[in-house]
Amino acid sequence: MADLNCNFAGIASPNPFWLASAPPTNCGEQIMRAFDAGWGGAVWKTIGEPITNVSSRYSSIDWAGQRMMGLNNIELISDRPIEVNLREIAEVKRRYPRHAVLASLMVESRREAWHEIVKRAEDAGADGLELNFGCPHGMSERGMGSAVGQDPYYTHMITEWVKEVARTPVLVKLTPNITDIRTTARAARAAGADGLSAINTINSITGIDLDTLTPRPNVDGRSAHGGYCGPAVKPIALNMVQSVMADPTAALPLSGIGGVATWQDAAEFLLLGCTSVQVCTAVMHYGYRIVEDLADGLSQWMDSKGFRTLDEVRGLSLPRVTDWKHLNLNYKIVAHIDESRCIGCDLCHIACWDGAHQCIHLDRVEGPRDGHVELHTTPAAHTARSLGSIAVTPIPRLDPPREEHGPYQAPLARIPRVDESECVGCNLCSLVCPVEQCITMQERPTGEAAQSWEQRVAEAGTHTATETGD
Amino acid sequence: MATSVPYEEHPELAARFPELHPALTAQHAVMEANRCLNCFDAPCTAACPTHIDVPRFIKKIATHNLRGAAVSILEANVLAASCARVCPVEVLCEGACVLHHQQQEPIAIGRLQRFAMDTFYAAGGRIPQRKATARSQSVACIGGGPASLACAAELRQQGFAVTIYERRALPGGLNSYGVAQYKLRTADSLREIEQIRALGVTFATREIATEADLKELESSYDAIFLGVGLGAMHKLGIAGDGAPCLVDALEFIESYKLGRREDVGSHVVVIGAGNTAIDAAIAARRLGAQTVSVLYRRGPQQVSAFDFEIEHARHEGVTFLWGTLPIAIHHAPEDERTTLECTRVEVNRHGDFVLTADSNFTLECDLIIPAIGQSPLLTFLQRVRGLQIEKGRVVIDRASGQTTHPRYFAGGDCVNGGREVVDAVADGKRAACGIAAALGTAKEASHG
Ligand SMILES: Cc1cc2nc3c(=O)[nH]c(=O)nc-3n(C[C@H](O)[C@H](O)[C@H](O)COP(=O)(O)O)c2cc1C
Ligand code: SF4
Ligand code: SF4
Ligand code: SF4
Repeated sequence: MADLNCNFAGIASPNPFWLASAPPTNCGEQIMRAFDAGWGGAVWKTIGEPITNVSSRYSSIDWAGQRMMGLNNIELISDRPIEVNLREIAEVKRRYPRHAVLASLMVESRREAWHEIVKRAEDAGADGLELNFGCPHGMSERGMGSAVGQDPYYTHMITEWVKEVARTPVLVKLTPNITDIRTTARAARAAGADGLSAINTINSITGIDLDTLTPRPNVDGRSAHGGYCGPAVKPIALNMVQSVMADPTAALPLSGIGGVATWQDAAEFLLLGCTSVQVCTAVMHYGYRIVEDLADGLSQWMDSKGFRTLDEVRGLSLPRVTDWKHLNLNYKIVAHIDESRCIGCDLCHIACWDGAHQCIHLDRVEGPRDGHVELHTTPAAHTARSLGSIAVTPIPRLDPPREEHGPYQAPLARIPRVDESECVGCNLCSLVCPVEQCITMQERPTGEAAQSWEQRVAEAGTHTATETGD
Repeated sequence: MATSVPYEEHPELAARFPELHPALTAQHAVMEANRCLNCFDAPCTAACPTHIDVPRFIKKIATHNLRGAAVSILEANVLAASCARVCPVEVLCEGACVLHHQQQEPIAIGRLQRFAMDTFYAAGGRIPQRKATARSQSVACIGGGPASLACAAELRQQGFAVTIYERRALPGGLNSYGVAQYKLRTADSLREIEQIRALGVTFATREIATEADLKELESSYDAIFLGVGLGAMHKLGIAGDGAPCLVDALEFIESYKLGRREDVGSHVVVIGAGNTAIDAAIAARRLGAQTVSVLYRRGPQQVSAFDFEIEHARHEGVTFLWGTLPIAIHHAPEDERTTLECTRVEVNRHGDFVLTADSNFTLECDLIIPAIGQSPLLTFLQRVRGLQIEKGRVVIDRASGQTTHPRYFAGGDCVNGGREVVDAVADGKRAACGIAAALGTAKEASHG
């Protein structure tokens, strides 16, 4: 069995799965239940001068019948008194000494205020501190949260204040609401931060109620922008994680956040260099119990790949992300349709015609032709033919089967065909195909040596130089 | 001329004939709609005789554009509400759904269509009237069934004046009188017909039967659509055929739907195994029969009823007697007892029926329901001069519905020998376009 023990800049936890600072970490009672369920650590709901929240607070994006693809909130930091939160931290640590408890902090931008809260949190027994420079709503209007996190100068200044007194590792939680997240990561690193957390929520308006014309969530007829999270934000988070970890002046131990819901998501964050991951929305959706498969799935995968520890996994995919200019221009793949799996939905045909390169055709029956668009029957002509056809209700045992089926489950006329001479290998058809493994992308050796755009430009430059030299 | 329709549902009917498939709730409909792949040039659409754009209306349900869904359905099929109930979707749209190839349940297209139509009509929706310039020509549709209704609606939408001639009190033909109540209630059929009336179609309650009637129509209308359906049901033609407990399947279905018959006795025998026979057999069970036996001279492989109909009948407790031929009805007036004498038959190599020796047996019956098909309305059709009829069916040009008499068009059962409502609707609409094209040309010609 793979060893999931995690050491984050000196903060130990039995696994890399931490609850993100949010409603699932509001109070000690919750966090203790979470630890019982299997969570390795928890970042306490941000502690600071108690605030007053509004109702309602959340709104979400559903997609094609799936609930909560993305979640938006306009909640502020903890609404509980600082001393209550600190007393409960002490209690949790006493009962769960092996689990990681981090205190997320946010106070006004005064050196003494930060000094005081850091000392109180550490005295309570926190294993580490997470500076919430990310909250994108409400708190930023008061000069806190992302107001700090969007400015490298303030990020540096407050991180430095904290480091003056902190005895435990200090993590800076980065906001994604910034042009280049590396600038604030570098500032945190330069100020002595021990680690980073990324990302916090993304500024968002999830939608508008088309009856009341008020965006959601509705607070007495009005709304405000909120912070977006959940499965929808994972790609954005992964990209930000990669850009920080690929920059030697920004990289620090990183706790990856944003849309983690499955063990695969977690593995991806680890592969891009994260040491732990944090989860909020998935827990708000399904409860603490999801950690069982997060841990089980991750260790099964590690076993199957022969990884023994998280250290062996961390960052393995980083070298595989490069700049576009280094990609091989002479690598060619084409789409291939497995006729025996095809169900004849013809989604690949219309996707390639309208959204790609007009090279998936419905001409198996009339006889294939290769080449440019003019040679082929257009999608509109196919539809017109169907609408002009005369269909009748078949009477059993009286009418012969309507379609000539051919050797495959779908009728031949509906199984599309790829014209490889025109296919650019964009992947689109394989992405729209509803059947797994039906459209695969296959390599067609070009016989040419690998060449990147950078090399091509450089070579062209040499040639030009030679030519002008002549 | 009827302006509104005299009909009231019998109070017991709803209880005895709850709808076969429960209606979808709004949320279930959206979930089901989301399952649809939105196929391109969708095979479900191609399989629908009226070519309803299935993925288009289903995706509208998914986006909660319910009015748009219903309107797009109505564009293709004005009787969409009844079709959603009576269509044998298993062999039409749903039968063609690509999800079959993925070992998944097909999309519940029929129920989604019904959801869209019911929601639309419940909200007071009306068939949208197309903008068309009024045409000077007028058309008569003979027969008030689905073919004529669809033809008339389309012609109205294109600006023609249309009158439907129906001999019976209620318009709608089999939709109002002859479809099993658990599939389509008479009230629902009539509600839909009111929509067509609202488009401006005129309904006349009058039988067109004689040559003089036809002459009169020919002189007052520019084209005539024959949507007359089929005639009386075939007689058994066996000894005792006139017994009082005999009622043909269509008459039986009509009588219970209109509340004229509430009791069927204990033992019912249905003869024949087509879809109408099955409808009658199931109704007999619902009306309280202890035993309902369906007699069919061939085997289960040769029936013309759909498999799922036979399955449904079995679930309702109907018994099938295959390879069985009725040979005589014995009626004893003294004790009002009727028995049906039957024999077993087999089909030999040459396709002839051979009676099995000494296999006679009798069935006690309170009601005998022959359901062995309808005969064509030959006497009437032959009164239309120059109308070509083959095997009892009016010959038409499939694309335009035009008969061999250029001013007559035809569609529905009188053309196809008896298929589904949706086939009649498709025929009627095609014929309307054929009529419009023919009259358009005639007009241009006269101008030229
Ligand atoms: C309702 C709600 C409240 C949150 N409150 C805080 C908070 O107080 N402090 C903080 O640092 N992040 C807060 N977050 C952000 C989460 O910690 C986390 O960064 C974000 O939800 C992304 O992770 P996810 O995609 O797993 O939800 C909150 C998120 C939600 C949904
Ligand atoms: S890979 Fe792209 S270009 Fe090639 S067939 Fe598929 S959609 Fe068309
Ligand atoms: S998308 Fe896939 S299943 Fe659909 S037609 Fe194309 S290859 Fe077949
Ligand atoms: S075939 Fe099935 S999945 Fe495809 S569009 Fe029709 S109903 Fe939807």
